[in-house]
Amino acid sequence: MTTILPRKDVVIVGLGWTGAILAHELTEDGLDVVAIERGPWRDTATDFNIGYAQDELRYGIRRDLFLQPAVEAMTMRNSTSQTALPMRDYGSFLPGNGVGGAGVHWNGHTWRFWDSDFQIADHLRDRYGAGRIQDLQLQNWGVTGAEMEKSFDRFEYLAGISGKAGNINGQIQEGGNPFEDPRSRDYPLPPLQMTYAPTLFAEVTKSLNLHPFPTPAANLSEDYINPLGIAMGQCTMCGFCERFGCANYSKSSAQTTILPVLMKKKNFEVRTESEVLHVDLDASKKHARGVTYVNTSGEEFFQPADMVLLCAYGLHNVRLMMLSGIGQIYDPNTGEGTVGRNYCYQTNAGAQVFFDDKNFNPFVAAGALGQTVDDYNGDAFDHGPLDFVGGAGINCIPSNGRPIQTRPTPPGTPRWGSDWKKATVKSYKSTLGFSSQGSSYPTRGNYLDLDPTYTDRFGRPLLRFTFDFPDNDIRMSNWVSDRMEDIAKAFGGRQYTNTRRKKGWDSVPYQSTHNTGGAIMGTDPKTSAINKYLQSWDVANVFVIGASAFAHNAGKNPTGTVGALAFHAADAIRQQYLRNPGQPLVSA
Amino acid sequence: METHCLKRPTRRQFLSSVAFTILAGNAAPVVARSISGSLPWEARSADPPVQVKPGGWLFFTPEEAQTMEAVADRLVPADDLSLGGKDAGCVLYLDRQLVGSYGTSSRLYTKGPFMPGLATQGYQAPDTPAQRYRSGIAALNAFTRETKGGKRFAELVPADQDAILTDLEAGKITLPNKVDAKSFFNLMLANVMEGFFADPIYGGNKDMASWKMLGFPGARYDYRDHVSKHNQPYPLPPVSIAGSMEWMTR
Ligand SMILES: Cc1cc2nc3c(=O)[nH]c(=O)nc-3n(C[C@H](O)[C@H](O)[C@H](O)COP(=O)(O)OP(=O)(O)OC[C@H]3O[C@@H](n4cnc5c(N)ncnc54)[C@H](O)[C@@H]3O)c2cc1C
Ligand code: SF4
Repeated sequence: MTTILPRKDVVIVGLGWTGAILAHELTEDGLDVVAIERGPWRDTATDFNIGYAQDELRYGIRRDLFLQPAVEAMTMRNSTSQTALPMRDYGSFLPGNGVGGAGVHWNGHTWRFWDSDFQIADHLRDRYGAGRIQDLQLQNWGVTGAEMEKSFDRFEYLAGISGKAGNINGQIQEGGNPFEDPRSRDYPLPPLQMTYAPTLFAEVTKSLNLHPFPTPAANLSEDYINPLGIAMGQCTMCGFCERFGCANYSKSSAQTTILPVLMKKKNFEVRTESEVLHVDLDASKKHARGVTYVNTSGEEFFQPADMVLLCAYGLHNVRLMMLSGIGQIYDPNTGEGTVGRNYCYQTNAGAQVFFDDKNFNPFVAAGALGQTVDDYNGDAFDHGPLDFVGGAGINCIPSNGRPIQTRPTPPGTPRWGSDWKKATVKSYKSTLGFSSQGSSYPTRGNYLDLDPTYTDRFGRPLLRFTFDFPDNDIRMSNWVSDRMEDIAKAFGGRQYTNTRRKKGWDSVPYQSTHNTGGAIMGTDPKTSAINKYLQSWDVANVFVIGASAFAHNAGKNPTGTVGALAFHAADAIRQQYLRNPGQPLVSA
Repeated sequence: METHCLKRPTRRQFLSSVAFTILAGNAAPVVARSISGSLPWEARSADPPVQVKPGGWLFFTPEEAQTMEAVADRLVPADDLSLGGKDAGCVLYLDRQLVGSYGTSSRLYTKGPFMPGLATQGYQAPDTPAQRYRSGIAALNAFTRETKGGKRFAELVPADQDAILTDLEAGKITLPNKVDAKSFFNLMLANVMEGFFADPIYGGNKDMASWKMLGFPGARYDYRDHVSKHNQPYPLPPVSIAGSMEWMTR
C-alpha cells in the first residue's frame, strides 16, 4: 500500500552536492522543499569521527561510506556484440550513498571546464574542419564559458577552494594556469603548502618549458568562513581523504558548506534511508506529479510535488529517467532517443619514478594537494598536425601513503616473499607518481540503457553500460604518455615506468568516479535530454542536475562544473521558471 | 525497447532488502528518518570499529588455520625487516573477516544468472570468499597429499611451499574440484596483505610491525608541522586507532 503524503513545492531526489545546493537556493525563495535520500544521515562529528576516520581497511578497502552493490548494481560490456554482466562489486568507479553523496569522500580537485568545452563542436570544427571530428558525437552544451563564470565563482567561494588564478579578467597571472578561461577574481584561499613530490614536479616541468600550477583544491589551505557564514578548518594533510570523510571540517562537502544553514530552515526537510523508485508522470507524460519512494522499513510513499529535481548522481539520474519514462531511451542503431546518449568517462594513464636518495613522506598528503600542467589539456595546444582531438591534464597529486593500497615497487619485483618485502620498503618513501587525466569524447556506440536480464532487489532492471575507450581517446592518451615519458626522464631517477592506456575498459581497477553524460544538455531536443537550464525537454517540471548533463567529458574532474551547473539551474528556476511554472524555459 | 517500468516491489522483496541493509551495516539496523529544523545529533549514534580479540577460530578449522598460517608465513616471511605473516596475526585477521560481511559477500551483487565473463567484467562466480577458502584450502592440501608423499601444505619445508605458491600464482598447478589456482592464490595474497598492513585493531599487523617497517605513521592525522620539511624523515613512531604501545601505563 502506498501512503500519499501532503504536497510539497519541490521534491529533490538525493541530498549530495547538487541536491544540497538546489535545496539551499530554492528554500531562499520560500519554497517548501523535501529531499529524499537513499542512504543514512551523516555528519562530521559522528560519522567522520577523528578517533577512527583513519581506518584504511574499513573505508578505503571495504568502502563503508559507498553505495553497496547489494543495494544497487550496474552491468557492463565493452561493445554491443557482448553480453553485459553485473559488476558484482564496484571497482572502476564508486558511487556515493547517504547525505553528502560522493562529496563526502571525494578528493576535491575542483576544475572549471573551458569555453572551448561548452562550445566544443563549433570550436573544433572551426579550427580543424568537420572531418576531424566526424567519428565523434561531439555537441555544444548550449552555454558559453562567459555565461558560466559567475556560477563557477559561486561554487568556488561556497566551497572555499584553495588555488592560484591564472587569468583574471584576461590578465595572465604568474604561477597560475595560463590556459584557463578568464575568471572574475582569484580563488577564495591561497594554494596549499606543497609537499616534496609536487614541488619537484613543478621544477622539472618548468625546466621543460611547461606551466605547472597548484591544483585547485577543496582541501582548505586556511581557516575559512564561506558566504553562508559556515566556518571550516585548515586541512591537516592527514592522508585519509579520498574514500574517507574528513574529521577536520577541512574538505568541502554538503556537510561542511551547506547543511548547517540548510537544516535550520523550517521550509526544508530531508527523509533519509528512503529510495526514490521513480518519478510519477500524469497521463500526458509531459508533467511530473511527484515521486514514489520506499524506506528501509519497506513502507512505500507517494510524495506529490510541483517540481522534481533529480540530484541522485549522474548515473542514477539517467536510470531514474528511464524507469520513469521521462524522454526516450537512446538507441545506438538508429541514433534516436536521448536518454543514455553520450555516456563518457575519463582516459587516464600513469607514470612512476623510482629514486635512491629521496624521501617523499607519501603519508603527508591531501586529496588535491599537488601540481598540474595543462599545456596538453583540451585544446590548449595545436592539434593541427595530430591525429586526434582532446587532451589531458598531467597531475602530480600524491594523495596518500596508506599501505594496503599504496605500495609502489619497480617492475620485475615479486609480489610476495623476502625480495618483495625489501623492494617494498625501499620504494615506499622514495617513489614519485604522476598521471594524466584525459578527456573522453562521445561516440555513437558508447551509451547507457536498461539491462535486459539483471534486476535490483525490487526486480527493476539495472543500468547497463556499453563503453570502451574510443580510438580517438586512445591516440590522445598515448600521445600525452609520450610527453609524460619526457617528464619522467627529466626527473633523473634510477628508473621509471610509464603505463599506457589500452582499449578494453576494465571495470575492476579503480579509475575515477567521473561518469558523465546520459542526460545531456544541449540546444536540440533530438540530441539532448535537457535544455541549457537542465530542464527536461519532455517533462518541463523536472530538472536533471549532475554530470549526466555533460555533453562530453574534459581532461578534468567534473565537480567544479557540476557545482556551477547546479547554481546555473537554480538561477534559472528562481529567476525564470517560477514566474511561469510548468513551462519550458527554451521552446523546442 | 520498453521505456517504462513501474513494477512495484512486493512485500517479500522489501523484507529481503531490509535483511540486506542489516547485514551490510556494521552496527544496528538503520531506520528511515525525517529531519527538519536543526542539525540532528544523537548520543551514541557513532559507529566505532569493533576490535578483534584473539582466541579460537571462528571460521577456520584447526587444519585450515594451520595451512593458512603456513601460507601467510611464506607470503610475508619473517626476516630482519619484520616478523612473519603468521606471528603478525594475518590469519586471525582473515578468520574474522570471513565470518563477517566480507566472507559472505553480503554487500555485493549476488543475484544470478551466473555466467563466465570477460576479464573486464570482474569476478562472476557465485562462490563467496568464505566458500572459496573452504574449497581452496581443501584442494591445496589434497594436491600436496597427492604429489608430496601424503603431506599437507603446512608439513612441507619452506622451499617446497614456495615452489608450490609460485606455481599457483602462475596457474601452473591444476587443483582438484575445479578450484582455480591462480584466482585462489590472488585471493590469499590480497587478504594476507590486507591483514599485514591494516590497522592492528583488525587482528593483523601486530604491534604495527608493517607500519614500523615502512615508516608509515598510522592514524596520526595531522602533518602540518612536517609538510614543508621536504626530504626529511618523519620523526614520530606510528599510532594505531587503538593508540600506541608506548602509551600503555602497565
Ligand atoms: C572516490 C571519489 C573521488 C572523487 N574525487 C573527485 C575529485 O577530486 N574532483 C571532482 O571534481 N570530483 C570527484 N569525485 C566526484 C564527485 O564526488 C561527484 O562529482 C559529486 O559528488 C557529484 O555530485 P552529485 O550531487 O551529482 O552526486 P552525489 O554527491 O553523489 O549525491 C547523490 C545523492 O543521491 C542519492 N541517491 C541516489 N539514488 C537515489 C535514489 N534512487 N533515491 C534517493 N536518493 C538517491 C545518493 O545516495 C547520494 O547521496 C569523486 C568521487 C568519488 C567517489
Ligand atoms: S587531507 Fe585534509 S581535507 Fe582531506 S580528509 Fe585529511 S584533513 Fe580533511
